[in-house]
Amino acid sequence: MRATLGNQADASGHALGQLLDKIAGHKGCGTSGGEGKASCGSSAGPADMAPEVWEKVKNHPCYSEEAHHHYARMHVAVAPACNIQCNYCNRKYDCANESRPGVVSEKLTPEQAAKKVLAVASAIPQMTVLGIAGPGDALANPVKTFRTFELIAKTAPDIKLCLSTNGLALPDYVDTIKAFNVDHVTITINMVDPEVGQHIYPWIFYRNKRYTGIDAARILSERQLLGLEMLTAAGVLTKVNSVMIPGINDRHLVDVNRAVKSRGAFLHNIMPLISAAEHGTVFGLNGQRGPTAQELKQLQDECEGEMNMMRHCRQCRADAVGLLGEDRSAEFTSDKIDAMGEVVYDLDTRKQYQELVEVERQDKVAARESALQEIDATDIRILVAVATTGQGRINEHFGHAHEFQIYEVGSGGAKFVGHRRVDLYCQGGYGEEDTLPSVVRAINDCHAVFVARIGGCPRDELQAAGIDPVDRFAHEFIEESAIRYFGEYFAKVCAGDIEHRPRGDADIRQGAFTAAA
Amino acid sequence: MAYKIIASQCTGCSACEPECPNVAIREKNGVFIIDPKKCTECIGHFDDAQCVAVCPVDNTCVIDTGYPRYQA
Repeated sequence: MRATLGNQADASGHALGQLLDKIAGHKGCGTSGGEGKASCGSSAGPADMAPEVWEKVKNHPCYSEEAHHHYARMHVAVAPACNIQCNYCNRKYDCANESRPGVVSEKLTPEQAAKKVLAVASAIPQMTVLGIAGPGDALANPVKTFRTFELIAKTAPDIKLCLSTNGLALPDYVDTIKAFNVDHVTITINMVDPEVGQHIYPWIFYRNKRYTGIDAARILSERQLLGLEMLTAAGVLTKVNSVMIPGINDRHLVDVNRAVKSRGAFLHNIMPLISAAEHGTVFGLNGQRGPTAQELKQLQDECEGEMNMMRHCRQCRADAVGLLGEDRSAEFTSDKIDAMGEVVYDLDTRKQYQELVEVERQDKVAARESALQEIDATDIRILVAVATTGQGRINEHFGHAHEFQIYEVGSGGAKFVGHRRVDLYCQGGYGEEDTLPSVVRAINDCHAVFVARIGGCPRDELQAAGIDPVDRFAHEFIEESAIRYFGEYFAKVCAGDIEHRPRGDADIRQGAFTAAA
Repeated sequence: MAYKIIASQCTGCSACEPECPNVAIREKNGVFIIDPKKCTECIGHFDDAQCVAVCPVDNTCVIDTGYPRYQA
């Protein structure tokens, strides 16, 4: 069983855990995470942005990297129709064991969706954001999308509303988006040059006509950029998602980054292509590869000087529920929600939980600042992998980790730079030897891995691979611990005890969760 | 003739339903069906049959040869 908020060792975590257990108890839901993977944000804090913008993003797990350790999102799958075809998408093969955009287990009506939101918000007090992300395109289903927002705004007014779109229909709906108080809009923009776009989009359906080839890409690009400009003018916060497709748009995404920044996009999220033959997508079938971890990071680093980059995106399903990196949607299927009867919206408990989280967040910042003061300036930086279940703490057993969060740490501080999904290493209480090499491949570019606990066998194998397994920071804050670890590492380098060497590349593991417990 | 939707290929995405100028499409058992009595193959409305143009699965909205050609 995977421990989450409920099993904190420290005092403040314990209080949160007790509150969550209480909520979980009387709602009849467990607090254990599912096996899904999510995705979205900026690591910038309040010092880097205007107060009104910070207010909008601080509790949004996609728009704020820092918030994603504490706050959860849910998607409701009310928008099945789409108005374009992408070569990386195939909605014909939906599977409950898969986690990728465009996949859902069941469609919902707006009324079903509204009830589901109330049930989830009452059971998961850290759920602050409701998004409509398909499985098609939110704005290709305008009646269902806006009806859902209307119902939720009435019953759960504290929840932020979000939608994501390919942008084709966007200019027609900017006024509606504004009128429904939708705070955040994500546009997927993979190109600003139709020459590139024709290799990504086989067709679009626009104004009662199907366009193909370069014409399709030209219209789509014009509509996307116009929509982005209109949203910026209307004061709606925008995130741009881009799928990195090596050999097709990888270099071009630097131009995309420049184009969307100049049009006022708040955040850019460059995601790796998910491509496997069993998905039945054009790219999957023709063997198009996704990027490696270091290829992705280099492109993100290159674009970062231009604007905020989101690196904590888990590329979640259109019906995902929970913290990014977990998916609790199986706890909230239509059958289970129907069985709940009337759901009472518990605003007080939600507020109580969120106040505790705010205290914890402030403690975390203070701990990080004090750790940072003890290190002399240096250019050396290392990556560390972290096993966590959330709250910004090192609180997961190595063998239970579904993913590792990757932090780049140096004398300037610790920065979240990505995450790596791994097969469950430990099942039934003992490690499976076969899975360990895949874990090593996923974090091979890291110098150390921080865990709450680790067994003797994996410890030896990690050390053999040159990765330092570290459990002495168990249940401490991630950033503070990473900085302290770096301080010790750097001191040893200065003393000549060890030599600093860069590590190699790593795999981005994708595909179905076949090994999930 | 009218168009029909091959049920085994329909993803139930609903994209065709609002595009039909004749309101001939509705959901049945999780997939969509076309009422052949209402379908005009979009003749007189659009150059292309709208269900064909918007459907994400190729060769899923097809001419049903069991019906005579539509006369505008």
